[in-house]
Amino acid sequence: MTVEANNSALSLEPGGVSSFRPALEWLARRAEPVVIGLAAILTGLALFSVFILAIGKSPVALFQIIYAGGFGSWFSLQNSLSRAAPLLLTALCVALPARLGLVIIGGEGALVLGGVAAAAIATPLTGILPPYPALVGMALAAMLGGGIWIGAVGFLRHYRGVNETISSLLLSYIAIALMNQLVEGPLRDPASLNKPSTFPLPADYRIGAIPGMDVHWGLIIAVVACVLSYVLIEATRFGFAARMAGGNVRAAQIQGLPVGRLIVGFTAIAGSFAGLAGMLEVAAVQGSANASLAAGYGYTGILVAFLARHNPLAIIPIAVLLGGLEASGGLIQRRMGLPDATVVALQGTLFIVILFCETFYGRFKVFNPDLWPDIRKGNRT
Amino acid sequence: MMINRFSMNRRQFLQASAAGLATVAVPGLTGSTAFAQEALTVGFIYVGPKDDYGYNQAHAEGAAVIKAMPGITVVEEENVPETVDVQKTMESMINLDGASLIFPTSFGYFDPHMLAMAAKYPDTQFRHCGGLWQESKHPANTGSYFGFIHQGQYLNGIAAGHASKSKKIGFVGAKPIPQVLQNVNAFLLGARSVDPAITCQVIFTGEWSLAIKEAEATNALVDQGVDVITCHVDSPKVVVETAAGRGAFVCGYHANQSPLAPEKYLTGAEWAWGNVYADFIKTAQAGEKLGNFVRGGLKDGFVKMSPLGPGVPEEGRKAFEAAHAEAMTGKLSVFKGPLKDNKGNAVIPADKAYAEDAIDLESMAYLVEGVVGSTS
Repeated sequence: MTVEANNSALSLEPGGVSSFRPALEWLARRAEPVVIGLAAILTGLALFSVFILAIGKSPVALFQIIYAGGFGSWFSLQNSLSRAAPLLLTALCVALPARLGLVIIGGEGALVLGGVAAAAIATPLTGILPPYPALVGMALAAMLGGGIWIGAVGFLRHYRGVNETISSLLLSYIAIALMNQLVEGPLRDPASLNKPSTFPLPADYRIGAIPGMDVHWGLIIAVVACVLSYVLIEATRFGFAARMAGGNVRAAQIQGLPVGRLIVGFTAIAGSFAGLAGMLEVAAVQGSANASLAAGYGYTGILVAFLARHNPLAIIPIAVLLGGLEASGGLIQRRMGLPDATVVALQGTLFIVILFCETFYGRFKVFNPDLWPDIRKGNRT
Repeated sequence: MMINRFSMNRRQFLQASAAGLATVAVPGLTGSTAFAQEALTVGFIYVGPKDDYGYNQAHAEGAAVIKAMPGITVVEEENVPETVDVQKTMESMINLDGASLIFPTSFGYFDPHMLAMAAKYPDTQFRHCGGLWQESKHPANTGSYFGFIHQGQYLNGIAAGHASKSKKIGFVGAKPIPQVLQNVNAFLLGARSVDPAITCQVIFTGEWSLAIKEAEATNALVDQGVDVITCHVDSPKVVVETAAGRGAFVCGYHANQSPLAPEKYLTGAEWAWGNVYADFIKTAQAGEKLGNFVRGGLKDGFVKMSPLGPGVPEEGRKAFEAAHAEAMTGKLSVFKGPLKDNKGNAVIPADKAYAEDAIDLESMAYLVEGVVGSTS
């Protein structure tokens, strides 16, 4: 799916018109995803406008509300960022395995299990440890839980040939059922009568807001996770090996790369990020683990990862964009009287158009300096 | 159109800000009698779709009642999950729409979401559906309202007891929590008031809204010979249509589902939130303090029954009307001794009869004798 930038630039003679050429080539290669991505988003918005016109509403008013509700003020921007925080981590759960050629859609299950693991270990930890170490312990438990869950998907894929897409989806149903069983059974706070939950986290063990903002620290943690993932993929041997295995698994095996360990390792890291998202939901938002953890963040994360073309840095703006769309969804309902499904339809339209536009990568000569005419030889094909 | 939108938004925003500054938009805190003249913006938040033939529709119908009242602007948002999303929705209603009274209607919105927003916006009033508010623990600008709908399920049981030929009735429940267990037990006890040989099979789906499992559970009940089915899930639509499609009678829940199965619908236990919301609004407009802990049953107009369908035989009609009349006095006791659970333990002694509002009922953790099923 990913088209790697080909860095074997032409060897150019110094001097002459071609002295600008390296800069132009650099620009052209990096412009491709931006131009195609923007064109896809604009096409998607145009198509969606037709739909809005067809139901007798003004697309201009709609887009203005989306802007006002998602980004137009400090309040709206914080609203979008709050919603984006869990999406960053669940998108990583999709993007990292995708670099190995795996399509994993079960991040929801890893998130839910991470939340339950964090809440389960919180009960003993909060009794013996001060807040920071206890929170670190909760985060580790959550990452372990999520990591084992999605790591198992990678294991089944490599060693037993089980389709990772199906197994991750089915395992996420199992995870949600397991969460319900634990929260309604052994982990239940008896005081939670009509909404079974684990024991609430004491107030001083909760993760608070970033100073000056209304967004919890989970956003910063998630952004750091995205940056670390980018470094892992782009700047480490482990990441290089994974990309190679993702490009051609047989070639990687012939080269002697440990493909099995790469797959299990990457899926486990991916799952641990989704598990961490669950821990943040418990420690920063819910205060306990309960059925509200299964709120669909794992599924929206799939959308974010695909829109970001599985690039961990691109996940950051895309998650904020989708957070903004969801933040404005309420305003669309309240101001225009449109159903909640409007935003879902918009997301779906954008998703399809962007996936369609993936097929244009590498098709335009202007973005591929290798195909540019060689001016020095007067070759103007 | 776009210019209109914008100027309207800004005007609303300015109005609300001005009202906020003058602290007249705060019912109950200022005691201002001039409040009746002020516009009041009320926010409603639903966890599912507004037209689900169930829990959310019942609230949306209530919102529609107050929408028609003078001086009231209603803002609504559906499909809001019980996460940071609902906190942001409340804030958005307060900051962008100028809402001064908010009804977050889903049970899971209360803790921590509504409590967090109530602390942040002490000048806004919050009233939550579910009966969780406690004076010692929760802020004064919050409160709860709820109804004794188990009495409606008892009346459903009477209609079911008269309509059933197989003497087996069924219940599709979401989770084995006190509110659902009360309804299962009341449904069976209503049916047993007609014929003590009747049994009720209960199946829990584990989720509030999970159409596939609800359909499977309904089919499984019919396969076992059950011929009247009711439910307690967020949207009874799937259960009602599946049961009627298999030829079983149905009793409704939350809202009126008779349009989905006019021939097979016996009656239903419905919320009458329009009355409750209208009372809150009248209190607010009169400048009086809103109630913090409001509960009621059939007598108080919190709960109502759907009109009886063609499947209820004549003697069933009479028995239903008699019990309904008793419930309307507020003196009907559904849970009274001697009563055993379905494991043989005595749960209510012979001399005990719980009133409809008895607080002990709210922690019910058993299924009564005659219910086939388990709480775990």
